[in-house]
Amino acid sequence: MKLNDLINQNCEWLKGTGPNSNVVISSRIRLARNLSRISFSHWANKKQKEEVLKKAKEAFGSSNYTKGALFLQLADLNNLDKQFLIERHLISREHAMRSNHKAVLVGDREILSIMVNEEDHLRMQVMQSGFNLGEAWQITKRLDEDFEKSLQFAYSQTWGYLTACPTNTGTGLRASVMLHLPALVMARQINKVLQAITKLNLTARGFYGEGTEASGNFFQISNQVTLGHSEEDILDNIERVIKQVIGHEQNARRALFEQDRARIEDRIWRSFATLKNAHIITSKEAIDLFSKVRLGVDMGILKEGLDIQTINRIFILMQPAHLQKIEHKTLSAQERDMKRAELIRKELGGN
Amino acid sequence: MVCDICHKNEASVHLTEIVDNQITELHLCEECARQKGAQMEQHFGLADLLAGLADLGQQFEVGGKSEIKCPACGLTYEDFRRIGRLGCSECYEAFKDSLSVLLKRIHGSTQHLGRSPAKAKTETPVEKKSEVSILRMRLQRAIEMEEFEEAARLRDKIRALEAKEKKEKENRRVR
Ligand SMILES: [Zn+2]
Ligand SMILES: [Zn+2]
Repeated sequence: MKLNDLINQNCEWLKGTGPNSNVVISSRIRLARNLSRISFSHWANKKQKEEVLKKAKEAFGSSNYTKGALFLQLADLNNLDKQFLIERHLISREHAMRSNHKAVLVGDREILSIMVNEEDHLRMQVMQSGFNLGEAWQITKRLDEDFEKSLQFAYSQTWGYLTACPTNTGTGLRASVMLHLPALVMARQINKVLQAITKLNLTARGFYGEGTEASGNFFQISNQVTLGHSEEDILDNIERVIKQVIGHEQNARRALFEQDRARIEDRIWRSFATLKNAHIITSKEAIDLFSKVRLGVDMGILKEGLDIQTINRIFILMQPAHLQKIEHKTLSAQERDMKRAELIRKELGGN
Repeated sequence: MVCDICHKNEASVHLTEIVDNQITELHLCEECARQKGAQMEQHFGLADLLAGLADLGQQFEVGGKSEIKCPACGLTYEDFRRIGRLGCSECYEAFKDSLSVLLKRIHGSTQHLGRSPAKAKTETPVEKKSEVSILRMRLQRAIEMEEFEEAARLRDKIRALEAKEKKEKENRRVR
């Protein structure tokens, strides 16, 4: 497996299935871990970072979950490759900035990725399609248990796992769920819902397709508290809240269709038509139109030849670094908008 | 759209943040976004947190606390306030007092309840807490959470236990 093989792969978390996949796109668990007696990566010197890298590599090689997985040193990658990994949610923007002594491990079907020497020594991430934090946590836990055998993690009886940032101290656990909430946005209920969420120890933010343009209908909800609650409690809390958000979105969808069916259907079909026919399209426009199309598929209005998996695949492929990798050359923003339109037309069987 | 920070470059990074139940939108250029870096990536509440840190500084730094240095990695409390990150696991011990207040503020707690490494369970000698000291911990927590009925109940229990222990000691001495 090489980095360039990833582009032809449908990653697990975008397969468009799983519980509540009509509202929840994906679930993610992230665990922060540090090796004891070595400075945290952002503060460590060269020798210490090399030691972390060496130990991590050994641990990956001896665990059945990571043996033989794709292992990339960021220093070996060019900017396009790094941007490509960011677009696939395999590394953070921060991880791509200063590359020395940094690495990422990418597991089978991209369910698992581990950043080495981000601000913490290890940042493990497990992704699942749909609303499936439980499964993601089970995988993460097994992985953590396995690494424990060969790595000594910084841990205190009082404060739990010790992390570079005090916002992660304790469990080091961040659970995130990515949601598509077009009806709550259309019904102007979204701010109320998001504000309620922040009162429950969770954070919510708009999610952006390519890190450039905003799209109003995608949101990421995560836990904020990591200390003083068990992992199960943290997951339980976020799951309970997400279930309610899903319920609100479904009610809003039903209400919108009862009140204004013709107009909503019109918007969905027009969005679909634009995507199938556009010759120049920005990321933002594409994301907004796909939001409508996705709603159309979820509501059973758009049926023929279009599924969520196709939409998800286009979402990944239409990003700047992906387009340039497909074309094997650097593209200007304008050229990208043309290539993006071409890719979408082809995928949707348009003109 | 022009960047909200430098008001010069074209904004290409867009952030929605919810702080104190207010939704704020930030539009930044690549450069300013990079400077905000860590803050925007994973730590949504960091702006809030760092503001909190600054407050703490004023409250708790009468005795030149910012001079405190971690003996293991050399990071000072001042460094920590500036970059919002600790230097190593020993920093937790070095800045214990200020950190307790900060962690309490972020998480509402200062006692880990989740998983622990299997090694920590077997290798590190776990200090055995007496029943009274556990009750005291719970009492402290109850007071912090303003659960006064529970606190009164725990206090009575602690008193009873202490009286009992004292009596047992005396009995032993008599014999
Ligand atoms: Zn700027
Ligand atoms: Zn330190």
